[in-house]
Amino acid sequence: MQNADEKQPQPGWQQAVRAGLNAALVPFLAIVTAVIVGGVIIALVGGNPFAAYLGLAQGAFGSARAWSETFVWATPYIFAGLAVALAFKGGLFNIGAEGQLAFGAVATAWVGYALPEVLGIEIPGILHLPLAIGAGILAGALWAAIPGALKAYAGGHEVINTIMMNYIALNITSYLLNGPMKDKNPLNVIARTPEIAEGARLPVIFDGLRVHWGFPLALLVALGVWYLLWKTTLGFEIRTVGANPDAARYAGINFRRILIVTMALSGLLAGMAGAVEVTGLNYRHELGFSIGYGFDAIAIALLGKTHPFGVVLASILFAGMRNGATRMQFLTQIPVDIISVIQSLILLFVAADAIIRYLYRIKAKEERLVLTRGWRG
Amino acid sequence: MDWRRFSFIGFIIVFLFTVVVLIGGSRVSPTIIISSMLTTTIAVATPLTLGALSGVFCERAGVVNIGIEGMMLAAAFFGWLTAIYMNTVFKFDPNLSLWTGVLAAILTGGLFALLHAWLSITFKVDQIIGGTVINILAVGITGFLNRQMFFGEGSIFGGNVPHAPGLLPSLSKWLAPLCGGPEGCLGLPGLIQGTFLDQKPVALAAIALVLVSHYVLFNTRWGLRTRAVGEHPKAADTVGINVYRIRYVNVIIGGMLAGLGGAYFTIESVPSFEPLMTNGRGFISLAAMIFGNWTPFGAWAAALVFGASQALQINLQFFRDAIPPQWAFLQHAYIVGLAPYVLTMLILTGIIGKTIPPAADGQPYEK
Repeated sequence: MQNADEKQPQPGWQQAVRAGLNAALVPFLAIVTAVIVGGVIIALVGGNPFAAYLGLAQGAFGSARAWSETFVWATPYIFAGLAVALAFKGGLFNIGAEGQLAFGAVATAWVGYALPEVLGIEIPGILHLPLAIGAGILAGALWAAIPGALKAYAGGHEVINTIMMNYIALNITSYLLNGPMKDKNPLNVIARTPEIAEGARLPVIFDGLRVHWGFPLALLVALGVWYLLWKTTLGFEIRTVGANPDAARYAGINFRRILIVTMALSGLLAGMAGAVEVTGLNYRHELGFSIGYGFDAIAIALLGKTHPFGVVLASILFAGMRNGATRMQFLTQIPVDIISVIQSLILLFVAADAIIRYLYRIKAKEERLVLTRGWRG
Repeated sequence: MDWRRFSFIGFIIVFLFTVVVLIGGSRVSPTIIISSMLTTTIAVATPLTLGALSGVFCERAGVVNIGIEGMMLAAAFFGWLTAIYMNTVFKFDPNLSLWTGVLAAILTGGLFALLHAWLSITFKVDQIIGGTVINILAVGITGFLNRQMFFGEGSIFGGNVPHAPGLLPSLSKWLAPLCGGPEGCLGLPGLIQGTFLDQKPVALAAIALVLVSHYVLFNTRWGLRTRAVGEHPKAADTVGINVYRIRYVNVIIGGMLAGLGGAYFTIESVPSFEPLMTNGRGFISLAAMIFGNWTPFGAWAAALVFGASQALQINLQFFRDAIPPQWAFLQHAYIVGLAPYVLTMLILTGIIGKTIPPAADGQPYEK
């Protein structure tokens, strides 16, 4: 019921809370069901599901260190999840967060390590960090604007085009990181860039823990996306194009412009995921670090019902699972990949909410989310 | 498929072949290069052809299937797993194990398609989301089982990287007893020998299935009903056609075709499985289906273009040091590897004419 504030112009806070709980019911039950099914799978392959889940929970939320690592994982998830969710709001399915993220990371890394040399000056930290992140989000936005423009002017469907651009981005970054941008350090044998300058790094929040200022930034950006979507004209236009393209056209909304802008904004958020990973965590871009973020982001956006706040909660949950999985594997020898199975089950139950409604006898009260429409949409 | 499309396809294929002949011609005779390119093109086009046929069956019945990638991946894994099991645990003869593996792959594709049909037809889930669920589920399940069964401590195969019991043999091996040796079989010229007789069973089955699919879709009652359901389900329903049944069966047929395409990866091409090894082939098949205007022959022709661009990459590897300096960019496998993806996007822009999907494609049918 993320549209509650439209139907009732001045909802009281109780109504807002009730609407939020209502919207969270099906995702919550989907998670519960997926965890149960996942437990059955663990038992089938000879593991102890209770020990496995206990290890998972400990690893995810058992200590300050565990929380810190969960937030470290959650940071790119929030950005990438918001990217996919924003595109959904505009009626676009962005499967290309992966490529946009990789391009953002490459651009940020380049500005971080090479720009001072190219310009021949020392860039002060107060300028270097925004420049590095700015380059990343710009790269992501431009990379995503291409499929947006192809859809707006040539009718090429964004689902296929964004997937193709993932592979193109993967090939180009592989080429760059193995060739022109490779860390020339004689000890280095892997495909990665040199480290970025000190001035281009996001500081950590607490000494000794890896969680960095990228996480609060992600929360702030989630708030910003919410504001953009529900409190600005552009947001209204994006949602209108997403909900009913024909109505949007008759209302005089520049349909093509909104398509391209939505894709660019979506790519901007995905690029920010890459930029923040480079400036806050890895201090370089390494081949293969981003594999899988794009698809996780889709699951997160759907689990969060394409609402920015839902995306934040879903990201922390997914991050906790990814983070805790290592401890689970250490304690119980269940491979971390079980997490992918549970996550895809969550996605299955969220997408097919009819299954959950049938299992738990919930009456359909809310409207269906319109997400995509065939090849012509 | 109009003449513009076919001539575009012909042009691109001739162009890609010419590039390789120009570069490698100084080392090897052009006939050998062309023969090698043709053989590789048809072989690597196999999963694309089968994936595109899978898409044609699903979408002609009105169900968008972007889960082909996942169906292929899962089929590749379970087909391979079955072949290994049959060989090592049940002590089947290697060839028989491989054929059981192919069968298992087809069934896996069918099962995943059943899930897709259940989601999109019965539960009326957004079909693109449903397909994405299949893709993510396939990555999760194959990744988990691959590690759980083969690489963990105390796992079944105890950390040894397993291999399928060999690969399916090519047609010339099958015919060898008939014509006294794999060489010069039936006295055919070298080009045809290389192009068709060196192909393996799944590749040949794919070509046969193009013909069969065309016949089924356009010359049988089933095909007519399928197309009716994809264009105007309400009208089909009114004259007594069971829309749900037609859709279910076609989606499952599509899944089995994708499953056979999955068998190509682990039973016909290489004897091992790697996570994510389908590498976007399922999505490229969809582009081939769209470019082929939802017809089997068109889809096959488009699949051959992608096959040729991949064959270019493979064949250029042999002539890396023969590449002239002004074409230095062709030395980088990553750059040449862009070709199929860029080609896909180019084709989808519709510069070579717009294509028209079935009218009810992607729309759930409500009685």
